[in-house]
Amino acid sequence: MTQMIERAALTEAVYYILLALHEPMHGYGIMQFVKEISKDRVNLGPGTLYGAINTMLGKGWIEGLASDEDSRKKEYRLTSLGRQVLRFEIDRLEELLSNGKKIAGGQAI
Amino acid sequence: MKQVIWKLFTDHEKEEKWLNEMSQKGLQLVHYTPGRYLFEEGQQGHYIYRIELLDQLPSHPESRAYIRFMEEAGAEYVTHILRWVYFRKKASDGPFELYTDRESRMTHHKRIMTLYGVLGGVNIVTGINIVHNSTPGLGLLPYTNLLLGFLFARIAYGQWVKIKRLKADEELFQ
Repeated sequence: MTQMIERAALTEAVYYILLALHEPMHGYGIMQFVKEISKDRVNLGPGTLYGAINTMLGKGWIEGLASDEDSRKKEYRLTSLGRQVLRFEIDRLEELLSNGKKIAGGQAI
Repeated sequence: MKQVIWKLFTDHEKEEKWLNEMSQKGLQLVHYTPGRYLFEEGQQGHYIYRIELLDQLPSHPESRAYIRFMEEAGAEYVTHILRWVYFRKKASDGPFELYTDRESRMTHHKRIMTLYGVLGGVNIVTGINIVHNSTPGLGLLPYTNLLLGFLFARIAYGQWVKIKRLKADEELFQ
């Protein structure tokens, strides 16, 4: 629970992986989802993705689904803790965004 | 046609760059043993090469899962030397990077620094002992560990410099 109280900003990669895992998905699926949803802006490297998945598994934000004998396509999905982490992050981003728009948004920059 | 080139790198990113330059010339790496690169002649720029230090040997289940994952992502596992693995991907598939954010790049640099830092330290301490206790007349032989130790320490230092550079950005960017 401490990591939730910290409320530190998530990295872009972690944020998008959590979003992707609302639906069970395997690694390659996550890469494609993130690429698509960010309109090609965020291209997750396999090393980055794999490291993030392992860290998040360790923190209990996501879980691996029992796979068939073919472990090639291991799927992951969000846990309820992961959902909360994501919720907090969305609230935090919303605050940043609304303050930004309020103060800097009306002016031509 | 195959071609062998002998070369030694102390920086895996420079090695990677060189391998990709060789690929541009139509020489595709197929095997590596210390200092010895075996290339196969092929289409110019056909592959993009990437090198990575794994946490475990490639035969370890954790590494095997990672290599499978890489293959699923369209990369090909080319060769390895201890925990170092060489991947390649067709350049026509688009850009190929293993690490795409600062956090994961730093983790990779730290992994390399730790390994070579430990190897450097152990070899330097052993080397000092050997030089100290060796009988005269053996030439440079007693200095082997010491030299290796300095080489490994040089590699670790290079990684430390890269980590410091990445850390400088940390104050500003997530």
